[in-house]
Amino acid sequence: MKRADDFNERRKHLANLSDEELYKRFWELAEKIVEPMLELAKNNTTPSVERSILLRMGFSSLEAKPLVEGAIDRGLISKGVGHIVYRVSRDKNIPIRQAGLEMIEGNHWDYAMEIFKKENADMTV
Amino acid sequence: MEKLNPNEKLDIRNILNDLENYRPKRKGWTWRENKEIEMGGHKYSDCSTPLKNSVGIPSAVQYFENLDPQPKETITTEIASGRFEDDIRRMRMAAWHGADHIMVIRTAGQSHYDGLIEGSPQGIGGIPVTRKQVRAQRKALDFIEEEIGRPINYHSYVSGVAGPDIAVMFAEEGVNGAHQDPQYNVLYRNINMVRSFVDAAESKKVMVWADIAQIDGAHNANATARDAWKVMPELMVQHAINSIFSYKVGMKKENICLSTVPPSAAPVPCVKYDLPYAVALRDLFDEYKMRAQQNTKYITSSSREATVTHVMNMMISKLTRADIQSTITPDEGRNVPWHMYNIEACDTAKQTLVGLDGLLEMVELKKDGYLPEKVRELKERAVLYMEEMLEAGGYFEAVEKGFFVDSGMYPERNGDGIVRKINGGIGAGTVFERDEDYMAPVTAHYGYNNIAQYDENAVDNPSSLIGGCTFEKPEKIVYIDELDENDNVFNRLDESEKYRNSNLIKPEVEWLADGTVQVELFLPTSKRVAEFAAIEFAKKMNLKDSEVIHLEIMHPSEGTRVQIKGKLDADIDISKLEIPPEPEIMSDEELWEEIEKRPMKVVAATVGEDEHSVGLREVIDIKHGGIEKWGIEVEYLGTSCPVEKLVDAAIELNADAILASTIISHDDIHYKNMKRLHEYAVEKGVRDKIMIACGGTQVTPEIAVKQGVDAGFGRGSKGIHVATFLVNKRREMLAKENS
Repeated sequence: MKRADDFNERRKHLANLSDEELYKRFWELAEKIVEPMLELAKNNTTPSVERSILLRMGFSSLEAKPLVEGAIDRGLISKGVGHIVYRVSRDKNIPIRQAGLEMIEGNHWDYAMEIFKKENADMTV
Repeated sequence: MEKLNPNEKLDIRNILNDLENYRPKRKGWTWRENKEIEMGGHKYSDCSTPLKNSVGIPSAVQYFENLDPQPKETITTEIASGRFEDDIRRMRMAAWHGADHIMVIRTAGQSHYDGLIEGSPQGIGGIPVTRKQVRAQRKALDFIEEEIGRPINYHSYVSGVAGPDIAVMFAEEGVNGAHQDPQYNVLYRNINMVRSFVDAAESKKVMVWADIAQIDGAHNANATARDAWKVMPELMVQHAINSIFSYKVGMKKENICLSTVPPSAAPVPCVKYDLPYAVALRDLFDEYKMRAQQNTKYITSSSREATVTHVMNMMISKLTRADIQSTITPDEGRNVPWHMYNIEACDTAKQTLVGLDGLLEMVELKKDGYLPEKVRELKERAVLYMEEMLEAGGYFEAVEKGFFVDSGMYPERNGDGIVRKINGGIGAGTVFERDEDYMAPVTAHYGYNNIAQYDENAVDNPSSLIGGCTFEKPEKIVYIDELDENDNVFNRLDESEKYRNSNLIKPEVEWLADGTVQVELFLPTSKRVAEFAAIEFAKKMNLKDSEVIHLEIMHPSEGTRVQIKGKLDADIDISKLEIPPEPEIMSDEELWEEIEKRPMKVVAATVGEDEHSVGLREVIDIKHGGIEKWGIEVEYLGTSCPVEKLVDAAIELNADAILASTIISHDDIHYKNMKRLHEYAVEKGVRDKIMIACGGTQVTPEIAVKQGVDAGFGRGSKGIHVATFLVNKRREMLAKENS
């Protein structure tokens, strides 16, 4: 879109604002812009978010990647990949790391599918 | 590892040793503390605690006994050689010159790498930021900061498609500052915008936990825009989006820094753009921190010009506010920065900021007229920009409609903005809605997290479900040393081992023994001819891989300034160098005190048939730092003075010393005159009372002494050397007399 500088026209509703009011308006608008994006981030996850969780659970980057891919392939990422490892660990009574490493080998996924009863991940946007 | 010794090189192998067990000694960002200080008899208003070990600017070293006040602003240096092991040595040099914010640039392409890179591969234009390299550099800085006596902030980038992974690794490894701005991913790396914002919230939350200071990416719009000063309203919008988004995620405002660049540069009347912009920004973002960087949009290969821009930009910082003053190396327009240019930039910052100390105690910005009018206009343009974004449907829709980096000054639009699609870009389709039972048993996770389904008591402490995550239990971190058996630091160290802690040295600019040198030539010809002639001269100088790095027209036909770089394939064994002992010098205070206590008189002349008096006058005159400076009384007898006359005058005036200068060395006449001076003084029976010192460009001190005089001073000798000698020698003579 091309448009000539119509600042003088456009600014009319701002002309009478004090500097303090303009300041307030600036920040109100900024907040309004980011609000939906914060909501989006609250309610969604991504492979990198999940990998970062697995890193914090004590997995290496090399281990986090196949775990997240395994969860995506099985439509389970919406449960949280750390969650799945946690559940396997808890229910099978094996340490977290052992559970994850065995899952990388292809084990325990059937069990995960069974408890989370998910067939397809919901994908947003 | 032992603490560093300033007289020893830092041993990289020592840093790498036992790295798998190294834990950073602290977390979080450290600001300098502004306090009034007194140093060298001067009061400073805008400075901070001085360092334990440092190198001052060149004039500090030469004239002020390394007087090295540290400005209150954090000073950044950006390091990008591609080899972290060589960067570490540069970090140490930069820290000694006042940098306390060391920013490590990432290798080209890391933004698109979906996961962490491991090991220590070499990078291009920066290092692949890996756990190993980060840990090694933080470990080195833990030692360096003790050596200089000030905390050093270590910084890199939390961006790209692996932002949250990197943020976690940084939090675990004690990184103190990071760039984090999802808009950077969207606009300049074409990473899907939804993914970028979801990732950003997680990354920022992790940064909050680790108290990492954040720098945004708005300055890139400035570097990308067609006319950089027209992007000013948008810059404020970009800053606002990232700042408020970060704050809402939980980041404290004092950890949120705006990356701000004066948008224009000479030859446009840049202060007319840059100052109103800087004022408007600081008005609107009064609660946030300013990281001021120099303009790079208009940087060229001229290091002089880049330095002037840097200084002018710091004037803006000083007239408004900068919490962090970044330095761009003056060679950035032509190289990946070299060691000495990092240092030059740090020195430029220190010199300028200290030189402008107290500026706002003396001047203030005008409150009416052009400046406040422009300030108001810029703020209104930014407000209008956001109003239209919301009308368009919000941020994502505005990006789709090409709002950003349009070359028009908003609300003018030229229709050439960067357009990204909501469903497009790298990582599109990788955002998944969390189910109701979604859960993540870790600390610092952003957003919905159904912990209560497992334990109501763990809701405020999710990682308690797994007995603590790596943030509470760093022993859970899995360290990977190397994955690539060829591309790793050990192989690189082996290749240059010959030059590591040995007697052999080779010139370098970024990597140990890279052999690169820079040569400057003036060629009396046109620019085009000079460019090609310079390469031929480089060949004649035995330089390999020569390249012209800078050309400047002095006149279209009279001449061109050329800077070339090339590789010098030669080394020097320093154990075989014959290095005479360094001449001893006393401090100004010691000399003043000594001469005040016991006055000293000397007679001086050029002897024989010698009319060359310049050197001697420089050794004498107070204006040139000669011996008069410390109160020594000089009777100057002029040029071509006979040896006998000089000695007779010394006797008559009861002088302590004779200073004789001889330039002419034909037939060793200079040494013959020295011998005659000595012998005549002996004949007169005054030799044991009068000191004799002789100087000249052809004088070798050892040979002079063999002629019977007390000291010889060769090329490069200064008044301070002569004064030191005279004081020492007189003390020696007095001690002998009294014994």
